[in-house]
Amino acid sequence: MKLFSKERPEIPIVHHTKEDGSAWTIKEKLWLGLSVAEYKKQFFRNPVNWFMLMIFAIGIPLILGRYAFGLGWVTHASNDYPWGLFLGFGLFGMVPLSASGFMLGTTVELFGRKDFHSIERLALLNGLLGYFFAVLFLEVDLGMPWRLPYPMFVSLGPAAVLFLVAWHVATYLSVQIAEVLPAFFEWIGWLKGKRIIRKYVLGLTVAGIILSTLHQGALGALFTYAPAKVHPLWVSSNFQWIHFFVSSIFGGLSMVIIASTLIKNYMGWRCDDDFKNNLDYVTIGMAKGASLAMITYLVVKLVAVAHDQEWTYLLTGWGSYYMLELGVAVVLPMFMFAFGVRNNWVTLIRFGAFIAAIGIIWNRLNTALVCFNWQMYQEIPHWKEVWITVTIYALYFLTYRFIVYRLPIVYEWKGER
Amino acid sequence: MKKLNRRSFIKGGLATTAAAMVVKEKTSAASGDFDNYPEGMGVIVDLTRCVGCRSCEAACNKEQDLPEPAVPFDDFSVFDHMHHGEKRRTDETAYTVVNRYDTPEIDHPLFRKIQCNHCNEPACLTSCFVNAYTKTPEGAVIYNAKVCVGCRTCMVACPFYIPTFKYSSAFTPRIMKCIFCYDTRLKNGQPPACVEACPQEALTFGRRKDVLKIGKQRIRETPGKYVDHIYGEHEVGGTAWMYLSSVPFDKVGFDTHVPKEPIINSVKEFLAMVPMVLTIWPGLFVGFHLLATRKDKVKEMEKEAELKKAKENDEKEEQV
Ligand code: SF4
Ligand code: SF4
Ligand code: SF4
Repeated sequence: MKLFSKERPEIPIVHHTKEDGSAWTIKEKLWLGLSVAEYKKQFFRNPVNWFMLMIFAIGIPLILGRYAFGLGWVTHASNDYPWGLFLGFGLFGMVPLSASGFMLGTTVELFGRKDFHSIERLALLNGLLGYFFAVLFLEVDLGMPWRLPYPMFVSLGPAAVLFLVAWHVATYLSVQIAEVLPAFFEWIGWLKGKRIIRKYVLGLTVAGIILSTLHQGALGALFTYAPAKVHPLWVSSNFQWIHFFVSSIFGGLSMVIIASTLIKNYMGWRCDDDFKNNLDYVTIGMAKGASLAMITYLVVKLVAVAHDQEWTYLLTGWGSYYMLELGVAVVLPMFMFAFGVRNNWVTLIRFGAFIAAIGIIWNRLNTALVCFNWQMYQEIPHWKEVWITVTIYALYFLTYRFIVYRLPIVYEWKGER
Repeated sequence: MKKLNRRSFIKGGLATTAAAMVVKEKTSAASGDFDNYPEGMGVIVDLTRCVGCRSCEAACNKEQDLPEPAVPFDDFSVFDHMHHGEKRRTDETAYTVVNRYDTPEIDHPLFRKIQCNHCNEPACLTSCFVNAYTKTPEGAVIYNAKVCVGCRTCMVACPFYIPTFKYSSAFTPRIMKCIFCYDTRLKNGQPPACVEACPQEALTFGRRKDVLKIGKQRIRETPGKYVDHIYGEHEVGGTAWMYLSSVPFDKVGFDTHVPKEPIINSVKEFLAMVPMVLTIWPGLFVGFHLLATRKDKVKEMEKEAELKKAKENDEKEEQV
């Protein structure tokens, strides 16, 4: 894209009309104002795309195979480990990293911190896509994916935690679609739609907080169904939901920092000055918030160990692993954030965010797989399961990029708004 | 948009109250009104009587129309089969399996039959979000494949690792687990196939409260023969199938760390918090919003006042 944006002043598209006063059609907007040949050229110039194609070449047949031959064909079909990577990574990992939407929505719309405005849309999009793909992961993992609406409409089991997760993720997904739609409406030029949503923004934001608190927590509470299976250090009937909720706060913020860093470095042509100039400032702000959440998290973790009288476990091998996780995944990035905030060292914050996000996934995988059945054997996922997981994540990446390339997410629409 | 739209606020409030009501129903259902059918049936398994003949396995296979086993039922080499260092377990082809345990305490091996224990407050049932499980008044925990989504939470929740999934099927997968022979026998008051097939009377079928009495009687009347505990009397809130053993239960593969209370109790902490969040959060955060944007509003009002004053002044000047 860099290639063309230099030569052609009207690219990237930020306005309904071209230089000469005629309007861009939706089709042209979709092609980024390039001709098909130009589009292809820029697509194949990018080594990332080749890498993606490679993943898909094997991953898509595997996914088709999963639907044709059953879950047993791509996983180890374990009855001891009913949940594998699809949920361990795709649901339990993706959802906390997508808490960004409600975090920034709250900051900007509810607390009136307009200074974070430039990152709000990216945070909302990050949230929406994360949830959407978590549901996709779920659709790969469910035994009968065609029955996805059953818990909503066919046979209700409202006493179950998963019932709450299902309802809340579904509702929250719609809330997030509504929150991202204004960007889409600007882009297609349907301002009425945008105004309608604008009216409900406060309601949507408050709904977002409630739904997020509950389902982020509920994902944790799911493991309290297995108090004797998950290692006691990773499960606590009293605090599990708080652990999952609080860690989703810094997880979501870290993910936005990562996304914005990648966008700034590899999609500079798409960002406007407002986004670029404010980025360091908002990154520092988000790091501040994240480090506070991390402190809270560490305290609640400690309280849980004390409350459940688990000190002796800390002296075992599992205890060391637990300390390692907390040290690398939380304490280290927390200090990086704190130090970065104090010294305005944004690069350090960005690395910290990267570690924190991986750390969240590590924690969720620990809870769902590594420390699950801790008195039994360890389940190593089947390679096909790993490949499918990577494939869906790659699809997530491409969709993310596709949207940021086009919609006014990291730039402001210059046409009517 | 800046102004708090009163109408949307009230609407939001209503929606959350409605939601809170739904959730209230939820929590009361979760506290387990379905438990303890007093006349429910049960089985007591006496490990000291079991000789590991696998007749029960064969009978179950036939009764439940399960596929032909890879190793025939009269082949006892299966007792040495290990998978990931674990003894055999239930799977999509077997609702019940017998395992051998060699313990130093006694000079002969002990055998343990496992199957669904038909808990009083089943974890599988309480964790299922489409209500696929039912605890029948007869004591069986049965499963409805027509509504199951295949999320496998029940497998995670079952403390005894009983439900299994038909992973091999792409189009008709389902949970596979012992159903106490509900459809074919229990419903009509008959004992399950495995119990009937046992040549050693290691399995005793009857009302749960009666077989529990029988178990206690055996412990009392033959001192020294049994450890003084009936596994399943209290474990996870009590189970319909219970066990007697001559060695400590953890020596023969039982998980003695399962909670004494029903599994759902460890989830209640979260369920109790749900209505709170639903009712308190909206007011709290709208309040925050008003506080946080108050400064803006004050400024706005000041500005308006100034404008007004300026206008008045203008008008006055004009008049003058
Ligand atoms: S033993 Fe497991 S499957 Fe059987 S009723 Fe209890 S929780 Fe459910
Ligand atoms: S796998 Fe089926 S029966 Fe088990 S919890 Fe999920 S929907 Fe319910
Ligand atoms: S009760 Fe019936 S289904 Fe259960 S193990 Fe015995 S024979 Fe099989």
